[in-house]
Amino acid sequence: MSVLRIGAGAGFSGDRIAPAVELAEKGDLDFLVFECLAERTIALAQQARLKDPAAGFDPMLERRMRAVLPITARNGTRIVTNMGAANPLAAARLVRKIANDLGLHHLKVAAVTGDDVLHRIGPCLLEETGASASALGDKLVSANAYIGIGAIVAALDARADVVICGRASDPALFLAPLVHHFGWAMDDWTRLGRGTLVGHLLECSAQVTGGYFADPGIKPGIKDVPDLTHVGFPLAEVSADGNAVITKVAGSGGCVTQATCTEQLLYEIHDPSAYFQPDVIADFSKVTFHDIAPDRVAVSGADGRSATGALKVSVGYRDGWKGEGQISYAGANCVARAELAADLVRDRLREDNIAILDARSDLIGLNSVVQREAPATPPHEVRMRFAARCATRSDAERVAQEVESLYLCGPAGGGGVTRSITEIIAIASAFLPSGDVSTDFELPEHQDAVA
Amino acid sequence: MRLHDIAHGRTGDKGDTSNISVIAYDRRDWDQLVQKVTVESVAAHFGPAFCGEITRYLLPQLGAMNFVLRGALTGGVTRSLALDAHGKCLASVLLEMEI
Repeated sequence: MSVLRIGAGAGFSGDRIAPAVELAEKGDLDFLVFECLAERTIALAQQARLKDPAAGFDPMLERRMRAVLPITARNGTRIVTNMGAANPLAAARLVRKIANDLGLHHLKVAAVTGDDVLHRIGPCLLEETGASASALGDKLVSANAYIGIGAIVAALDARADVVICGRASDPALFLAPLVHHFGWAMDDWTRLGRGTLVGHLLECSAQVTGGYFADPGIKPGIKDVPDLTHVGFPLAEVSADGNAVITKVAGSGGCVTQATCTEQLLYEIHDPSAYFQPDVIADFSKVTFHDIAPDRVAVSGADGRSATGALKVSVGYRDGWKGEGQISYAGANCVARAELAADLVRDRLREDNIAILDARSDLIGLNSVVQREAPATPPHEVRMRFAARCATRSDAERVAQEVESLYLCGPAGGGGVTRSITEIIAIASAFLPSGDVSTDFELPEHQDAVA
Repeated sequence: MRLHDIAHGRTGDKGDTSNISVIAYDRRDWDQLVQKVTVESVAAHFGPAFCGEITRYLLPQLGAMNFVLRGALTGGVTRSLALDAHGKCLASVLLEMEI
């Protein structure tokens, strides 16, 4: 096969499922990849696993697999996903069970393990604080290395139909099938760099097909996205040299253009000539895009060089509680009433000696994104938001209560209070030598058969 | 003229660092972008609240530039108290710049 067809079925945990089903049905795909882990998802999943050893994987796993497995199994499309989060083995067992329910008894489901490095992170220094991870004490929740393609490729080589991992670098989920299929050498830096670019362009699903792109009425033909309601998910037709065409299935909404590709190329990128990955340092600085047909963009020019030999580790820790409340003010003098409301909350918390570690108030509609001068024309309405970080849940609850009590004890005419209390799971970074992180894959159904 | 008239862009985040792309709709505006949308003008646009280091990377073959703003996200998405903790809205704010 000269071209590998690889699609994106999700770009985050909460992503839409219908476009993944459409892509599985119409994309003639060799591989369908679901990227579902954000920076701190795995720390939250680790907390879930601490409460229940059978939990800790993506809560949408079952819905997604029930929706796509009958189609991918029929079409011979193989799946790679990081929906295993903090518990890839339990996720693989569940997918094995779902496959059996669906009559897909032949389906081979693999779990990739080894990214969980909590047991050895203690002495490592955290980038943000300069202190060791062990200094976090019992606040330390999780430590997961961004692993590369090794164990994913090994699972695919062992003919796994579904490969489920936890924390892997996002582009690795796409690079692994390319290396498996084309047999690229692990020091073929140019091809590894190009494959990384394919992964980077696809990993946020609709963000390259017109999602997160529309700016209506500004540049007709560029920023007005056709049929965004039914935006399709992307696929890449990848050649043996690693260059690719980014496209989407006929009949789906959205668009694939140089403009959508360029926005996604730079998304979450710092120096475009040095995109650090576990298996390669990719270089996107000379990338070019060419429109070759409607919704078909040819991508070329990525390169790569030898990886650093270190893996980034994402360290999750409990960092207190956030208490938040919001209330709306409208009409004449609404800004002054909202400002008075914020002052009252701050004063009352101080007088009651509520231990606030950090606090801020915003007037949503005026200054919640960036601080700026008040507009010449007063707004018709503003929403006061007060948020604070506290050491304890009860203090955070007091913050929200003080906003709610503005109903009777605050300025005139406040309405629509909402409040929330959330535990803060913060993320810090550390590094481990790649040689110290050994990854592997398991086929849980075989163990179950033995048991 | 506002930057929004000739360019589009997107914000990304990693930890406490924000990156904002600025992409010319028309390559003929590229020289003007390079000249006017600089580290200094971006810093001035966001004001004193952003005191971290800003770096600009140029990709002339795409008519695109990438700004990296360190320390821009009040501690990063996982612990910031900001409503838009990712800083997702910042690209649109930058496109308001008068050029």
